[in-house]
Amino acid sequence: MLKRTPLFEKHVAAGARMVEFGGWEMPVQYSGIIDEHTAVRQRAGIFDISHMGRLMVRGNQAEEFLQHVATCNVSAISLGQSSYGLLCHPDGGIVDDIFVYHLPEEYLVVINASNREKDWQWLHAHTAGFDVEIVSRSDRWAMLALQGPEAEAILIQAEESGAGSLSALPFHGVALSALFGYTTLVARTGYAGEDGFELFFDAVHAEEFWDRLVGLGAKPCGLGARDSLRFEPCLSLYGHEISDTINPYEARLGWVVKLDKGDFVGREALARIKAEGPVRRLTGFEMIGKGVARGDYPVHNLDGELVGAVTTGMPAPTLGRPLGMAYVPTALSAEGSEFDIIIRGKPVRARAIKMPFYTPRYKK
Amino acid sequence: MSHNVPAELRYSKSDEWVRAEGDDLVIGVSDFAQDQLGDIVYLELPKVGTVLAPGDSFGVIESVKASSDLYAPVGGEVVAVNGNLETSQEAINQDPYGAGWLIRVRASGAAEELLDAEAYAAHCADRAH
Repeated sequence: MLKRTPLFEKHVAAGARMVEFGGWEMPVQYSGIIDEHTAVRQRAGIFDISHMGRLMVRGNQAEEFLQHVATCNVSAISLGQSSYGLLCHPDGGIVDDIFVYHLPEEYLVVINASNREKDWQWLHAHTAGFDVEIVSRSDRWAMLALQGPEAEAILIQAEESGAGSLSALPFHGVALSALFGYTTLVARTGYAGEDGFELFFDAVHAEEFWDRLVGLGAKPCGLGARDSLRFEPCLSLYGHEISDTINPYEARLGWVVKLDKGDFVGREALARIKAEGPVRRLTGFEMIGKGVARGDYPVHNLDGELVGAVTTGMPAPTLGRPLGMAYVPTALSAEGSEFDIIIRGKPVRARAIKMPFYTPRYKK
Repeated sequence: MSHNVPAELRYSKSDEWVRAEGDDLVIGVSDFAQDQLGDIVYLELPKVGTVLAPGDSFGVIESVKASSDLYAPVGGEVVAVNGNLETSQEAINQDPYGAGWLIRVRASGAAEELLDAEAYAAHCADRAH
C-alpha cells in the first residue's frame, strides 16, 4: 500500500496525474511539466513535499550528535540558519543528503522520502554516548515548497496582517511566523534553483494552505517539474546522482564535507578519497548527436568500452535542448571531453559541459 | 480521465493509430499516448523511402519525463513524414489525429493485429489509474 500525504485528495480532485515515488503516491504533474516548470522560473509554483521526512533532533548534545553524523559543520550553523549536509557511511558512501535547520533549542533535519526508514535506523545506530532525542514530525507536519521569483510577494500576502518580516529572511534563513493565522516554520530554502521558501505547519491545515497559496497565484506543480527544475541547476537527487555506493567527491559535493571540523562518521575514508582523487566523477553533458539521454543509459568511451552510466537526462525545459549528467572516469569528466551515450542500442556522441546548466537565482 | 478515440480509426496496442487515405495509410499516436507522455519536445521519424515491417520501431517520441518508441502498426514504404513537426511537436499534443500525424506509408498488406475503437478504448481504460 502506497503512502499518501495530507493533500492526496486535493491532488486527485484537481486532476493531477498520480505516480509512485519512493513508496508514496504523489502528483507527477498538474497542467503539464513544461507549463509548471516555466511558472516556477518566471513566477511561482507550489509543491506538496510532505512525503519528505522531518525529524527534530533535541537534547543537550543535539549539536554534537549532528556534528558526529553529518559532513557539514553543524556548529557553524547559527540560530535561525540552515545548511545542506550529507550523512555518509564509514566507507564514504552517501546514506542521504539532508537539510539541517537550527531552531531554538533543537534542530530540524529534513531527509528524503525514500530514505525515511533507513535514516531513522541509521541515526539511532549512532546515538550511543550522546544525550540526544530524535522525534519524527513527518506525520504531524505538512511541508510545502513555494518556489520562484514571485514566491516572496505571495508569502508576504499570506503573512499575518502583512507584517512583511519574511522579506528580510536571508538565504537559508528559518523563522517562526504566522501564515493565514497558523503557526508556520518558514525557511528560505528549496530545490528549484530559484528564490523560494519551504513551509512547515500542522498537517490539519494542509488543504487550506494549498488553496490559499494557489489563490494568491502559486501554480500547483508536481514531481515532474520538481525533477526538471532541480536538474537544470544540477542539484543531486538521491538514487540518481548520489547513493550508498557513491561518495561526495565523485558527486562533486566535496564542498559539503568539512574534513577540518573534527571527527565524524566517514571522515577517515573521505579524507583518503579526497587525497587520492575520485576515480569517477559526475559530469554534465550535451548531446552532439541526435537523441535524448535518460537515467541508466550506458556511457561508452570513444573506443566503445563501457565506462559509466547516465544518472539523469532529459530535454531541459529552460535551456531548450537535451542535456544529462553521468558518471564517467575522471579523465573524461573535463569540459570538452567526448563520449557516447548508448541510446536504444546505438552510440550517440555527447560532450562534457560545465555544471550547473542553469545558474541558480537565489536571493542572497 | 477519458480520451478521444475516433471510431473510424484502427489502433495498435502500442498506441499508434492508422487511417486509410486512398492507397495509403496515415499513422500517428493516440490521444491516450500523447496524454501519458505529456508535452512532446523531441521526435525522430524515418526518412521517406524507409521500408517498414509490422512491429518495426520507426522512430522515437520524447517528453521531458519519458521517451517512447514508435512501432509500425502496418508494413509498407514510408512515402511522407510530417515535416511540420520538425521545429515544433505541439501538434501531437493538441491534435494527435489531425495536424499531429507522423508518417504516411504505402501499405504492403502486412499488419499487426489492430484494435477497433471500442477494443482500444478498453485497452486504454485498463492502463489508466
